[in-house]
Amino acid sequence: MSALTPDRRTRAEHLVALYPEKRSALIPICHIAQEQEGHLTDELMIEVAELVGVTPAEVQGTVSFYDMLRIEPVGKYVVSVCTNIACLLAGGEEMLEHVEKTTGTRRGGTSSDGMFTVEEAECLADCDVVPCVQINNRFVRTTTPETFDALAARLRSGETVTDIPTSGIVSRVERSVGLVADPEVVAQERSALRASDQKATS
Amino acid sequence: MSQLTAPKIVTSRIGFDDSFTLDRFLATGGYEGLRKALTMSPSEVCAQVDAASLLGRGGAGFPAGRKWSMLRKNDVSYLVINGDESEPATFKDHLLIERDPHQLIEGVLIAAYALQVNQAFIFIRGEFALGLERLQSALNDAYAYGAVGTKILDSSFSIDLVVHPGAGAYICGEETSLLESLEGKRGFPRIKPPFFPAAIGLYGEPTVVNNVETMSNLPWIISNGGDAFAALGETPSTGTRLFALAGHVRNPGVYELEMVKNTFRDLIFDPALGGGVPSGGRVKAFIPGGVSAPWFYEEDLDTPLGQGQVADKGSMLGSGSVVVMDDSTCMVRAAWRITRFFSRESCGQCTPCREGSGWLERILYRLEHGEGRVEDLDLLLDLCDNIAPGLSWPPQQTTICVLGPSIPSSIHSAISHFRDEFLAHVKEGGCSYA
Repeated sequence: MSALTPDRRTRAEHLVALYPEKRSALIPICHIAQEQEGHLTDELMIEVAELVGVTPAEVQGTVSFYDMLRIEPVGKYVVSVCTNIACLLAGGEEMLEHVEKTTGTRRGGTSSDGMFTVEEAECLADCDVVPCVQINNRFVRTTTPETFDALAARLRSGETVTDIPTSGIVSRVERSVGLVADPEVVAQERSALRASDQKATS
Repeated sequence: MSQLTAPKIVTSRIGFDDSFTLDRFLATGGYEGLRKALTMSPSEVCAQVDAASLLGRGGAGFPAGRKWSMLRKNDVSYLVINGDESEPATFKDHLLIERDPHQLIEGVLIAAYALQVNQAFIFIRGEFALGLERLQSALNDAYAYGAVGTKILDSSFSIDLVVHPGAGAYICGEETSLLESLEGKRGFPRIKPPFFPAAIGLYGEPTVVNNVETMSNLPWIISNGGDAFAALGETPSTGTRLFALAGHVRNPGVYELEMVKNTFRDLIFDPALGGGVPSGGRVKAFIPGGVSAPWFYEEDLDTPLGQGQVADKGSMLGSGSVVVMDDSTCMVRAAWRITRFFSRESCGQCTPCREGSGWLERILYRLEHGEGRVEDLDLLLDLCDNIAPGLSWPPQQTTICVLGPSIPSSIHSAISHFRDEFLAHVKEGGCSYA
């Protein structure tokens, strides 16, 4: 019995096929698995392990290294507020404190209604619109307490904000094709190219 | 005086609302560089990149042509693009990925052809959700258009590209850590030697790792010739470069400027660029090339924006990120926040970095919060010296990668120039800026 839904399972198999070695698909598949439950359950990690041919412990060991992969539940909307140097100079810490108040949860925690998880982020590379706030890894560019509160109210009321999907980072756009260049053809082309190139330069 | 007449090499499409679409790309000369490259031999393409003297735009500034020439001859080799942009206050690749993904794809294809690699991977920082979507859509369109895949653009060259999402780790910008991550493992930098993945890289095969901006320059270089690129700037800092300007300036943003011809003062104060420090503030210090770089001060403002020029003054142009701190900035707090970043992002393999960053962060925290002692200043420098002996620049290394030796930069800079401010924190029992 697959822990992944059938469409996600298919998607995962497509991902495995993109790499010379299966294990390279581990993190991309984790992204897809994670959004199914909001976090990576044991069952999901066991299935990822099976898909890429490693042990579940290796999957968990890898997952635990990365900030974006989660083994505990999070809220529907994960709010990340940067307080690194460029945002620090623009009141990032104050913005984070404000977000804590608005959402009713401390950094690292999830609000009791399950709506918001709040995180202190390291630099998110959007340093000209500061302080930088992401919700579900989308740059929302709410640089004032008022604009953030307005957005939070819309989300809380259940409004669908298309710029902030509840899905993950790789779900909305799928790769339209698998690998199409046959490795043997590629190998032949390369050796032919090398031969002619050497002839041209010698 | 700023010199703003140089052509826009990598940001020419940024002004269009639909800059990321295939239609706009094709209407503005897109894939012409690739078409031209495919009529040349791979070594001719390499020669153009050599002639351009294109320096890598990721941070180390290694000549791209030389990196390419080091690729070990082998039946199987790979090209990996580093789009893990995570150096604090660096946000130029973000712009290129989100606003001109086809330009990046075209550059990658040109490089893949020149290097004759078997497959190419574009590693994008996971936090760039929209960038990942735009790039994957662009790649799908490029496949449909025939620019990627089998016999691309009716040539005899076939290649597959894969867009690979990261999962949140600064260290994965280090090229060997990036390769580990791409192999589905924890992002631990690899022990050197081999010093370059060109010898042993992805899956143990020879691999070239290049930055997003480096690749985005290639279509222009091939279309216009390496000499035209080299005519801009001053050898060895040729061409234009993206500068990500942040902090206390009126107009923070990404600016494409001709190398060497402009100074930090131009970038920060020109009304067409940074526009100066808001509300009459003065530049107290600025970081010239990412938080790993030693700081500059008001007296360094006239340094030209060139790799050698910045190195001569004891810092680095690095990732092209410039952070301006005005006189309202607490230097203890700034150094503490940067150090906490390194502490959080240390992968934990090497003791000097793992332990050192944590101790440094805690000592800076207590200084900032009025619980420090005068001896803490020497203690900080002693700890820094243990991570990067001699506190020279470029730093000596005691660790597998350069994350550790980057930690002392901000602390050493802050204490050297603002010792009184540290002492005031001790004497006054806290921060007077708060």
